[in-house]
Amino acid sequence: MGEEFTHIWVYLSTTPLLGLTVTLVAYQAGMWIYVRANMNPLLNPVLIAVLMLVGLLMITGTDYPTYFDGAQFVHFMLGPATVALAVPLYQQFQKVRGSFWMILTAILAGSITAALSAIGVAWAMGVSRETLLSIAPKSVTAPIAMGIAEVMGGVPSLTAVLVILTGIIGAVLGTWILNILNIKDWRARGLAIGTASHGIGTARALQVNEVAGAFASLAMGLNGLATAVLLPLILGLIF
Amino acid sequence: MTLGFITWLLVFQLLGEVMSRGFELPLPGPVVGMALLFVALVVRGDLPQGLKDTAGGLLKHLSLLFVPAGVGVMMHLHLLQDEWPGITAALVVSTVLTIAVTALVMVGLGKITAKLTKTSGQGPSDG
Repeated sequence: MGEEFTHIWVYLSTTPLLGLTVTLVAYQAGMWIYVRANMNPLLNPVLIAVLMLVGLLMITGTDYPTYFDGAQFVHFMLGPATVALAVPLYQQFQKVRGSFWMILTAILAGSITAALSAIGVAWAMGVSRETLLSIAPKSVTAPIAMGIAEVMGGVPSLTAVLVILTGIIGAVLGTWILNILNIKDWRARGLAIGTASHGIGTARALQVNEVAGAFASLAMGLNGLATAVLLPLILGLIF
Repeated sequence: MTLGFITWLLVFQLLGEVMSRGFELPLPGPVVGMALLFVALVVRGDLPQGLKDTAGGLLKHLSLLFVPAGVGVMMHLHLLQDEWPGITAALVVSTVLTIAVTALVMVGLGKITAKLTKTSGQGPSDG
């Protein structure tokens, strides 16, 4: 029986089927926990899935490239999904055309603040260049942020995890900060959360208020584009 | 989700990659593709229902799509282990500042715009 299992394992571990299946199972498990916990941002489904998979790979002694052979089928869809972000961006853009310049200015201010403050604090704390470049796009939605990290010479997978952590921080602290600042305008609240903490913040904003959710979604798309354009310029000035 | 609109997304991604590499832009190809599709929609002036459905289907589980890359962090655990104080400080400080600045700029601009429309709304007396 033991020997038979080893044979099966040796076979399965060389086919893409296993990596693909465990990715989907881990994600669904993460979603299940997240929904049961009333969508508490601390129990982010992606973070749960990543922790489960890292644990599984370590326990079974599987290396990352072997896992990725299967998981790449999911990973490939990131490209078309990034292009598809143009659709919600266009839909939100249609609704706010009148105040578009105001919104764009606020998002650009947020985008520059996000990049400069992250780079500044990381640099002051003596973080390595590789990590610093992975932190820089942390407020941008993961598919775009990973692309930016790759272009800039950071570590895309580290960026993916830092993006999720940033989303959680924004979703948890956002309401508190905005209340301290006495911001009552739902549009401003949504823009701030979407710019700072992308999709995870947007999901949180949507739970609270529909207008805030729509503006968060717009901010997420625009900040992705803005950071992709601005970050190389900012880093070019610094380094 | 129709094949036709998946094809369009891939065509825009491909155009983005070609432009990004061709002009040596420091931008990821898919992001250029996203910008091109956005411009195409604005020029066209409406959103085909099929594209809306296809994009919606793909984006519904957007977070699943970056799980495989996220798992790659296991190859860089030493970075997290060695540099977590700097990373944590950067994430928290930067997120708080970004939220504050974005909200304050938006509210500030709203006040300025309101003032401007009020003064211009007072009639032709000043002009």
